[in-house]
Amino acid sequence: MRCRMRRLTQLTPVAVAALLLAAWELGVRAASVPQFVLPAPSTIAVRFAEAWADGTMLRHLVPTVTEVTVGGLLGGALGLLIGVTLGLSGAARRVVSPYLVAAQSTPILALGPVLVLWLGPGLAAKVAVCALITLFPVAISTLVAVRDVDAGTLELMRSLGATRWQSLRYARLPAARGGILAGARVAATLAVVGAIVGEWLGGSAGLGVLLNLARGSLFDTPLLFADLLQIAIVGVSAYGLVLFVERITSWKTA
Amino acid sequence: MRAGPARDDALMPILLVDGLSHSYGKRQVLRSISLEIGAGESVALLGPNGSGKSTLLRLVAGLLTPTAGHVALAGSAAAAGRPEVGILFQESRLLPWRTVLRNVTLPLELAGESLPRARTTAEAALNSVGAGQLLERNPTEISGGERGRAALARALVRKPALLLLDEPFAALDAITRARLDDELPELVAGAATLLVTHDISEALLVADRVLMLGADGAIHLEVPGLRGLPSAGRRAALLSPDGAARQTRLHEALDAVSHA
Repeated sequence: MRCRMRRLTQLTPVAVAALLLAAWELGVRAASVPQFVLPAPSTIAVRFAEAWADGTMLRHLVPTVTEVTVGGLLGGALGLLIGVTLGLSGAARRVVSPYLVAAQSTPILALGPVLVLWLGPGLAAKVAVCALITLFPVAISTLVAVRDVDAGTLELMRSLGATRWQSLRYARLPAARGGILAGARVAATLAVVGAIVGEWLGGSAGLGVLLNLARGSLFDTPLLFADLLQIAIVGVSAYGLVLFVERITSWKTA
Repeated sequence: MRAGPARDDALMPILLVDGLSHSYGKRQVLRSISLEIGAGESVALLGPNGSGKSTLLRLVAGLLTPTAGHVALAGSAAAAGRPEVGILFQESRLLPWRTVLRNVTLPLELAGESLPRARTTAEAALNSVGAGQLLERNPTEISGGERGRAALARALVRKPALLLLDEPFAALDAITRARLDDELPELVAGAATLLVTHDISEALLVADRVLMLGADGAIHLEVPGLRGLPSAGRRAALLSPDGAARQTRLHEALDAVSHA
């Protein structure tokens, strides 16, 4: 019974999506909505397949995935480092936290033009936007998770003669794992946002560039939607990758 | 198994507490405590809540620095993490991201021992406390009594000369707790023990000497415990007229110091 219930709840999102798509398709056809305003799902699907077949999608996908991967890993690693340092040291926290909060309150995306100015319209600026936008959620969630480890566990480590480094490795980081990964989940989807916006600021390829091309020079609305679909797939994949890391580093395997 | 309290005057005491006082800010919790524990001897410290029992254990373990006085372990000053000392806290404090076996290997890993060797030692420690069947289990999946045994194995794995027990089984149900209290003197494998508790029968069963710590932070009374008896006879002795008389004395003293 419970198993069936679970199956049902798993299928619900699929059913809802199918219903929405059907309504969209029928609505667009019935009201004869022009294709350049809102193409039907079937039109988008065909355009999506075409874009893959003629190599357009792949050409724009590769730079975006590169930016998301390099920027996300860089930002995640830096965020982890900053979070651990601030989580361990009250003094560092008091000195750096206000700047961290101030920086987080500044829309990173607004820094985009500055980064392009400094780093040029190539890969570097986009990687920098991705890194900056992922750094903060990872840093903040790591800081909190590392700082708030159960006092009893830390006392145990001290009673066993653990050094500060051993305490971090054997107690704080494993205990903070859930919090850190929660930050990484948020960061994964933000990294995609960073890449797209970075590409809007300039560049010759990328899913963000393709959005501009489809909307502006090509006036190809089905391609615009196919591109949106592709961006969503990248975002969901990045999120899924974090879930995968969560699973393979799960406590049960330790 | 060892027989009787081993208070050999020729031996240096494993623990020497001398004029120990401690305050948290303005609140003084321990007042000039002096105490000696010989090798293999077991002492229980009874006292009402807030009398500083747990504080005393933390001072001995080197987890706190005393306001005044001195703690010597096997002749040298107390410090956190000394391998001569094992601690069993009120909660098992097993790390949920490690299996039971890897929880017990932890003290050895921290000391730099290789994992294969640590595993062998930890397995033996788990077997000796009757938890050999738990090796690959997760601490979140086992019972409270099993967690207690696993934590005991972890405390004993470095073969400490002194085991500190901070109301170790307080969170367990009465039956499990009674069983562990019955077994404890044999399970600690010859280590001297310092137990703090507010359970009078637990103190008498587990210790050679039972000390009463008052709310004023000083030691008030000493009553001999029943640990020297063979394990099968201890419960019966607790209920004998002599055992009942010891319980009554401690009850009255606990009452008196609680309301002092």
